[in-house]
Amino acid sequence: MKRLLALTLLLVSFLAVRTAWATPAKSYFYPFVNPYEATVMELPKEFEVRLPDQIPVYEFDVRPFPKRKIPEVFWYEDGLACSLVYQDHKAPLVFLVAGSGSRFDVPRMLKLQKVLYQAGFHVISITSPTHMDFVVNASSGLPGIATDDAKDLYRVMDLAYQKVRGRVEVSEFLLAGYSLGGFDAAFIANLDDREHRFNFTRVLLMNPPVCLYDSVSALDRLLVDNVPGGMDNFDNWFRGVFSQTMHLSEAWSPGGLSGESMYRTYKRMQPSESNLAALIGLTARMNAADMIFTADVMNGGGYIVPKNVRLTSTTSLTRYAIVAYKTSFVDYFEQWLFPHYQKMESGLTREALLRRETLRSLEGYLKGNKKFGLIHNEDDIILVSGDIDYLQRVFDDRAWIFPSGGHMGNMFHPDVVSAITGFLKGKEE
Amino acid sequence: MAAAAAAWRLLAPLLFLLLLSACSTMPTVTGPVEPPLRRYEDLVKPGQPNMLDVKDSVEGFNRGSYRFNYYFDEYLYRPVVRGYEFIMPNYLEDRVSDAIDNLGEITNLTNNLMQFNLKGAGITVSRFVINSTIGVGGLWDQAKKMGLKRQTEDFGLTLGHYGTGSGSYLMLPVLGASNVRDTTGLIADLATSNYLGPVAWINDSTFTFAYSGIYAIDRRHRTPFRYRQTGSPFEYELIRTLYTMKRDFDIEQTKEQK
Repeated sequence: MKRLLALTLLLVSFLAVRTAWATPAKSYFYPFVNPYEATVMELPKEFEVRLPDQIPVYEFDVRPFPKRKIPEVFWYEDGLACSLVYQDHKAPLVFLVAGSGSRFDVPRMLKLQKVLYQAGFHVISITSPTHMDFVVNASSGLPGIATDDAKDLYRVMDLAYQKVRGRVEVSEFLLAGYSLGGFDAAFIANLDDREHRFNFTRVLLMNPPVCLYDSVSALDRLLVDNVPGGMDNFDNWFRGVFSQTMHLSEAWSPGGLSGESMYRTYKRMQPSESNLAALIGLTARMNAADMIFTADVMNGGGYIVPKNVRLTSTTSLTRYAIVAYKTSFVDYFEQWLFPHYQKMESGLTREALLRRETLRSLEGYLKGNKKFGLIHNEDDIILVSGDIDYLQRVFDDRAWIFPSGGHMGNMFHPDVVSAITGFLKGKEE
Repeated sequence: MAAAAAAWRLLAPLLFLLLLSACSTMPTVTGPVEPPLRRYEDLVKPGQPNMLDVKDSVEGFNRGSYRFNYYFDEYLYRPVVRGYEFIMPNYLEDRVSDAIDNLGEITNLTNNLMQFNLKGAGITVSRFVINSTIGVGGLWDQAKKMGLKRQTEDFGLTLGHYGTGSGSYLMLPVLGASNVRDTTGLIADLATSNYLGPVAWINDSTFTFAYSGIYAIDRRHRTPFRYRQTGSPFEYELIRTLYTMKRDFDIEQTKEQK
């Protein structure tokens, strides 16, 4: 029955796409039909695009607020690390913004750097404004409001370029980002059109949310709805998943803590759909918790950490961790972010703030603007009903929408890679 | 006695640090404290277990030790290991790892025996004989190719096998995550390999140093863990929980094997 259902879904998804849009290559085939599976599983090596083993990389730090005193609890933080991947000749430079909770050097970013290097670009990679390194070193206030995050990102990009401009010859500036980084890119481009520091010629949004609030709510529901017995039973569920994973993974290491490596270990199993969904939700929840706690400490506390309490390098954080992991992005928005912005702008309504957090707020700017390109998947789990049609309408012939691949699972599929590099090179059909 | 002395040499500075580190895990208060908006008491029902809550009686010391390990790893340990990886071809690195694993069979054997896991002990002896001969002194793991999987056991697992509780969590300087039970086990295993292992076979201090050095480098070379890779302010908590869960799981495994 399940197989029949899967086959039917596969056929329907292909048919639906053929009739609606013809942009992706006709040969496109992706082995994972289930969007959760597609999101978690990497494409088998033999289907993936070939990438060079080694590329020239230069890592460096920027300090947007050099006078900022970093709280002792973040003793390991010292400047925001960025990287430059460089060609030995004049070439276009792509600023690449990482997705939610990701550093400039997570595996996906390293691979994307290779894709872009291979296509002839210099690349400066930037950590997401929702990652704790960014919040500590480069956030000017509370992270999570796109227009303000864009200002912080723009400042970092400017400093990063100043730092490397002697090393590279740049012919033009481009901008790209995936997931939340794609969303950020739209707002950065908008800012750049007013400030003209880079004058981006092309901007590529890969798998961005349309409405940030909808996406983070959807991700959190994956966790809350899929832990059997509810969140009160989380410990038991996680212990079960853990021991199943351990049975299969011979080489266990504490390195298996990050989202990406959790996936890697996990995919050796034959996981159930609900476990996969919960795991995706858990990764998102953990990323949000890290950001929220960090933002709280950086802003003097009051949300999770009591005000006037200074955490040191030996302070126990266990209780704060437990509370933070019980806090979703939506809680943060409703209880802290919105009241905070309302205090700064009297008369600001919740709806008005939420509207700013959508690509719809930039519709007039994005629609018909030839410098924008979009890559997405019809079954992306961060989208809600109607989003794909909307994106297709706004980006029109510069939207490459693939029938399957989940949330970025297909990013290194050769067809997706040629859409990425083709658009950035300005050679799109 | 040499072994006991060696174990003591390891333990004494540790105990000294523990004494020093009555350092507080409490935060510093700088003014009138207001309760935060999201309070622990409102979100956690009394008595509800949470896997992040691991017994950690010397947390202040442990966090200090964690911080020390971060710098040690960043500025000494990994640079040395990177040098080793740069000089050695991957093939030779694997030969070193296999040889060290072969010498380590001595503690696998004693611990399998102590758990009365005779099958595991038998496999370990066979592996040692095959790898030391056909595998040329353990440079090649030929026994694995014959289907004999390594029966990794240590004294911490043996203690756990007989119901010894883990005791408080410990973050050991240089050696990393542990607990009272596993640290005791580590000292016992060190003593075993000093009495019965390679250090006892060749009574030469240069060899002992060389062996310990290569052992340490190979161990780091094979551990993919990188500090701050989680990108989480709660990395210490996450490692503590996962270490504890992993050791509990391994002890369960020793019971299932019987």
